[in-house]
Amino acid sequence: MAELVLKDLVIKYGKVTALDGLNLTVKDGELVTLLGPSGCGKTTTLRSVSGFLPVQEGDIFLNGKRITDIAPEKRGIGLVFQNYALWPHMTVFKNLAFGLELRKMPAEEIKRKVAAVLSLVKMEEFADRFPRQLSGGQQQRVALARAIILEPDILLLDEPLSNLDALLREQMRFEIAAIHSRLGITTMYVTHDQTEAMVISDRIVVMRNGRVMQEGKPEDIYMRPQNKFVAGFMGTTCFVKGVVAQLDGERCVLRTDDGIELYGIATGTELSVGQKALAAIRPEYILLGSRAATGSAGVNRFRAQVDRSNFTGELFDYQLRLGNNFIRAKEYEAKKVYELGQTIDIKIDEERLPIVYDTDSGAAAV
Amino acid sequence: MNRILKKSAELALLVLVFLIVIGPMVSLFLWSIAQKWYWPHPLPQTITFDYWAQALGLKTSLAIGAVSIVSAFTLSLLIAVSTVVIAMAIAVPAGYALAKYKIPFGTIVLFLFLLPNAFPQQPIFVNILQIFTRIGLAGTVPGVMLIHILVGLVYGVWITNATFRSIPPSMEEAARSVGATAFKAFYKISLPLAAPGLFSSAVFVFLTSLDEFTGTFFIGLPFINTLPLTLYSSSGYNMQFASVIALILLVPSVLFMLLIQKVLKAEYVGGMG
Repeated sequence: MAELVLKDLVIKYGKVTALDGLNLTVKDGELVTLLGPSGCGKTTTLRSVSGFLPVQEGDIFLNGKRITDIAPEKRGIGLVFQNYALWPHMTVFKNLAFGLELRKMPAEEIKRKVAAVLSLVKMEEFADRFPRQLSGGQQQRVALARAIILEPDILLLDEPLSNLDALLREQMRFEIAAIHSRLGITTMYVTHDQTEAMVISDRIVVMRNGRVMQEGKPEDIYMRPQNKFVAGFMGTTCFVKGVVAQLDGERCVLRTDDGIELYGIATGTELSVGQKALAAIRPEYILLGSRAATGSAGVNRFRAQVDRSNFTGELFDYQLRLGNNFIRAKEYEAKKVYELGQTIDIKIDEERLPIVYDTDSGAAAV
Repeated sequence: MNRILKKSAELALLVLVFLIVIGPMVSLFLWSIAQKWYWPHPLPQTITFDYWAQALGLKTSLAIGAVSIVSAFTLSLLIAVSTVVIAMAIAVPAGYALAKYKIPFGTIVLFLFLLPNAFPQQPIFVNILQIFTRIGLAGTVPGVMLIHILVGLVYGVWITNATFRSIPPSMEEAARSVGATAFKAFYKISLPLAAPGLFSSAVFVFLTSLDEFTGTFFIGLPFINTLPLTLYSSSGYNMQFASVIALILLVPSVLFMLLIQKVLKAEYVGGMG
């Protein structure tokens, strides 16, 4: 069972506390992504697991063994870097064989293993090339191969796709996900790209300022954010301020300053009536114009004014005025349906409207 | 019209640079084969290769005031090679440690290595002479070697430090992640990658030692006679002989510069970028 457990981890850089009592478990075979903005502590966490960053307090357990003080080379990890870190003075073959040679593996077996892993990352013909002769994407595949050839207990990837162009990143995402599901190695992945995280992860841990803001399956993180930060970080979110007017189990009504009543779901920590809250409106859950009639009857039906429209090629991006609030909506149409200044019907899906505390820390507002 | 002016200006500049660089060497060469050369003749009046022959130990005659420089050259060479070995043995680990680890006051340590060049040389060496005389190192080969090592370390440490700094830490970390110990990671990854830079550092130390004058003058004389010292002592009265020595001293520098150029080019192709 190659399970990774981080217990009460405290890491400080001089006077700055990067991680303040972090608790995290990556189950055997799981791919967990640490997601967050720069400085949130995700790379710090990864480096402490890899052994290159000392830990002030707390413990790290891998496969049941306490590895907190063990040197990196003895931890059984595979590491993939943002800048690939392939050794330029060695061929692809030697890059991959290096770790096996250190273990004194016989030459025939090394050849077999290298060939196997090269075919896994689809780089079979490149065994005798030097890293400088490879493109960025190819280098990253070799880097991945190098990390998995030793069959590590855990695979650690530090923003491996950040140096690649957008198209290649999308491609490589799927390949990484495919390789992971094929090999089933316990994996910890670090990125600031939420789409990437959503595509490949079994579970996402959203971090900010050294703390876990929320962890869960990608759908849960996206649809049911538990605080303002996670709601704003995922997708395109427009916040509408208001006060909790009604609360019935999970069903929640938010009343805005101009009297608009938004029906939604109270996600996360317990809200109470009278508390200041935010409705996290996502453009894909707004039905516009004639489509508004197709949504469930009753609640969240409004008249909004078209304030701005932009054609992005894939869709029309509208900015609407609802009372005193501006919200964004999308329509997958090739032609502009709504004119500027036009007032249209809209319907916001009440099953898809998270309502969260109006505060950054995610803790209960006092 | 403008283009012709521009071209002629470029040509004039090229000729000027050429003269400035090559001119002194041509002058040295002419002096080294001159027997009689008085002003205002542009070229030597009579030519002889006697000075070369004497210097290289092929002839002996006290008439023209030249001596065999073979022993001085050999001594210079021996001291230079030993200096390189010892200085690099210090500079490589020092440069690596200062580049890789957060040494307390690391910047100050690096700065300290610069200090010998920050002060006027004579006062430093006069003081060292006093100390060396007391402990019996004055006028000895080890004493001179210590001076050469001191002077060599100034650039030696800086170049090795810069070389190791240019290697991304992820290179070694990748090696550690596949099971290499810290030493193996250094030996199999950092060292090969640093080799061109370390070689340049070694060459620099070697050439500095070969040409070192002031310290050797104070500490070495009258017993230790290196090539630069021989050059100095003969340059006052015997221009021909001095020119011979100066040209001989140029040879290693030129050779190594050509070699380094080849090595550095290979380094760029070798993919450090």
